[in-house]
Amino acid sequence: MLWDALTLQLGYNAALVAIGATLLGVSAGVTGTFLFLRKRALVSDAISHATLPGVCLAFMVMVALGGDGRNLPGLLAGSAVSAWLGLLCMNWLTRHTRLAEDAAIGAILSVFFGLGIVLLTVIQTMGVGRQAGLEGFLLGSTAGMLWADALIIAVGGAATLILVMIIRRPMTMVAFDPEYAAARGLPVNRIDLAMMGLVMAVTVVGLKIVGLILIVALLIIPPVTARFWTDRSDRVVLLAGLTGGMAGYLGAALSASAPNLPTGPIIVLVSFGFFALSLFLAPARGVLAAVLRHLRFQRRVHIRQGLLALAQGQKIYEPLTLRLLRRAGLVRADGVATDPGKARAAKALRDEKRWEIVRSDLAHEATAALYDGLRDIETVLTLDQIAEIDRRIGTPQEVPA
Amino acid sequence: MLELAAVQGVSIEDQSVAGSPLAIRGLTVSYGQKPAVFSVDMTVQPGAMTAIIGPNGAGKSTLLKAALGIVSPLSGQVTVFGKPLGEQRARIAYVPQRASVDWDFPTRVIDVVLMGLSRQLGLLGRVRARHKAGAMDCLHRVGMRDFADRQIGQLSGGQQQRVFLARALAQDADLYLLDEPFAGVDAATEKAIIAVLKSLRESGKTVVVVHHDLATVTDYFDHVFLINTRKVAEGPVAEAFTAETLQSAYGGRLATAQIDQISRALG
Repeated sequence: MLWDALTLQLGYNAALVAIGATLLGVSAGVTGTFLFLRKRALVSDAISHATLPGVCLAFMVMVALGGDGRNLPGLLAGSAVSAWLGLLCMNWLTRHTRLAEDAAIGAILSVFFGLGIVLLTVIQTMGVGRQAGLEGFLLGSTAGMLWADALIIAVGGAATLILVMIIRRPMTMVAFDPEYAAARGLPVNRIDLAMMGLVMAVTVVGLKIVGLILIVALLIIPPVTARFWTDRSDRVVLLAGLTGGMAGYLGAALSASAPNLPTGPIIVLVSFGFFALSLFLAPARGVLAAVLRHLRFQRRVHIRQGLLALAQGQKIYEPLTLRLLRRAGLVRADGVATDPGKARAAKALRDEKRWEIVRSDLAHEATAALYDGLRDIETVLTLDQIAEIDRRIGTPQEVPA
Repeated sequence: MLELAAVQGVSIEDQSVAGSPLAIRGLTVSYGQKPAVFSVDMTVQPGAMTAIIGPNGAGKSTLLKAALGIVSPLSGQVTVFGKPLGEQRARIAYVPQRASVDWDFPTRVIDVVLMGLSRQLGLLGRVRARHKAGAMDCLHRVGMRDFADRQIGQLSGGQQQRVFLARALAQDADLYLLDEPFAGVDAATEKAIIAVLKSLRESGKTVVVVHHDLATVTDYFDHVFLINTRKVAEGPVAEAFTAETLQSAYGGRLATAQIDQISRALG
C-alpha cells in the first residue's frame, strides 16, 4: 500500500496531492530559510492566522454576488488580502510603537484569527454555508483536490521560488547585518516586507494542503533541520528545500496509504522526523556528536595533563587520569611511567614549548588559532618549521625519573 | 553690503562642503525626546584620518549612523564628496561594531567579504574567480587569508573585526567609516587594522573612526572631532585634542591624571 503510494499508483487524487505537497514543501523550506536567518520565524504564524478572515469574507462576497463561494482562486485571493493587511499592521506596530515584535505577533495573530472564527460561525448559519467546507482551511483538506487546485499550488510555489532566488542576496545581507545593508543603500524595510510577502504567498498556496495552523511548521522546521548539516547559508537554503520537498512527498504518500489519515499533519510529522534525526545524528552540530566530542575531548585533556605531570615529575591524583594512562600503557599499575609513557611525556612537554613559540609569533597566527592544548604539533606545522622552532628553544630536556 | 556678506558666507560654506568627503550640517538625531546628537556640524578633511571622540553615550556611533543614513535624523543634511548621500553610496564603506551581528550565522569568512562586492555581483551575477581572488586579496591585506573557509563563529573577536574590515576593503571605496574597530581586540589585530588604515590614507582615501582609546589618538590620527551630544572641538590633533577640549567633552568623567598624561604626551 505504502509502496503504491510512493510510486504514485494510488489513483489520480493521491498523485495530485503528492505532487502538490512536494512542490509546497520545497518552496516553503526555501522561503522559510530566509525568515529563519532573519530570526523572524514566528512572523509566519501571525501571517498564516491572518488569512482566515479573508477566506471567509471572500466566500461571503462571492455568494452575495451570486457565484460559487467555494471557488478556490477567489478564496485564496481573499486570504492574501487579509494576510497582507495583517502583515502591514505588524510592520507598523513594530516600527512605530514601542511594542516588541513578539507582542505584535501575538496581537495580530489572535485578533485576526478571532475575527476569522466569528465570520466562519456566521457563514455556517447561512443556508449555503454548511457545505462550504471552509473549516478545511484550518488544517487542510485534500480529499476533493482538483487538477485546477494542484495547478494553483504548482504555479504559486514555482513563482515564489523564482522570486526568492532573485532577491536571495539582499535578503541574506539584511539577515546577517541589517545596518551594513542599510549603509550600502539597500532598502531594508522593503526587503523585509518582500520576504514576508513571499512567506505569505507560500502560506496562501499551502492553505489547501496543510491549512493555516500548521503551515508555520513547513516554513520553519526544514531550515532548522538543514542548519544542523551545514555552516553555509546557500546550502541551508538548498537542504531546506530538499527536506521540505521530501517531507511533503513522504507525508502525502503516507496519508494516502491508509484511510482517514490527515495529509497536512502527517507532512508536519514527517518533517519533524527529519528534524529529530538531524538533531541527534548531524555530524558537527548534532547532540550525539556533541556528547561524543565532549567525552573524547575530556579523555585527551586528561591524558595530556597526565603526560605533562609525568614530564615534570609531579604526582597524579586524579583517578580518571590514572585510569586512562594505565589503559593506554603509559603508566604501570603503581603509577610509575613506562618507557613509552616517558617518551610521550617528554614529547608532550616539548610540544607545549613549541606551541608557546607559535602562539607568540604573529607569522604563525592562523596556526596558533588551532591551539587547544592537545594537538600534536606535527599535524599543523611542517618538519622544517618545527626544526626552526626547536632551534629557538634549545636542546631537549631529560625527563625526570 | 549686508546681502553681499551673506552671499559670500554661503559660497565659502559651499566650498568647504564641496571639497569635503563628508560634510554634515545642523544634524540632530533623537531617540524619543532626548537628542543623541544635537545640531552638529562636521567637515571631514580629505585624505586624512579623523577620530570621533567622546564619552559613552555622547552620540559618536549615532553621528556615524546618521551620516550613513542608517538612522534618520530629525534635521540636518549630509553631503558626501559634494553630493547628497544617496548618489554617493558606492564611495562609502562602513565597518559596523562587531557586536552588531550574530556570529553563529551560517556563513564563511569569504562569503562575508564577498558581501562587499554585492554591487559588482548584482542580484543574479555568479561569483566568479576574479571576485573570489579580489576577496582573498582583501583578506590577505588584513592577515586573514588562511581563514577564508572558516565559519565566522570560529574566529576570535579581533579576527572578526578584521573580516569586517576586509569586507569594507572589498568595496574599494573612497571614504571609510569605522565604528570602534579597536574595541576589545588583541594587540595583533590593532596593529593589523591601523596598518591597513594608514595604507588607505597613503593612497588618498579618507578614514573616519569612532575611537575610545585616548592614549592612541596622537599616534594614529591627523584630525579629531570631539563630541558630547554637541560638537566640542574639531581640527588637527595638535589644535583640537587638548586638555581643555577633553575637559569640556568629558566633564568630570575623565580623571585629572588621565588628562595630565595626555597633555604631557602632547607636549
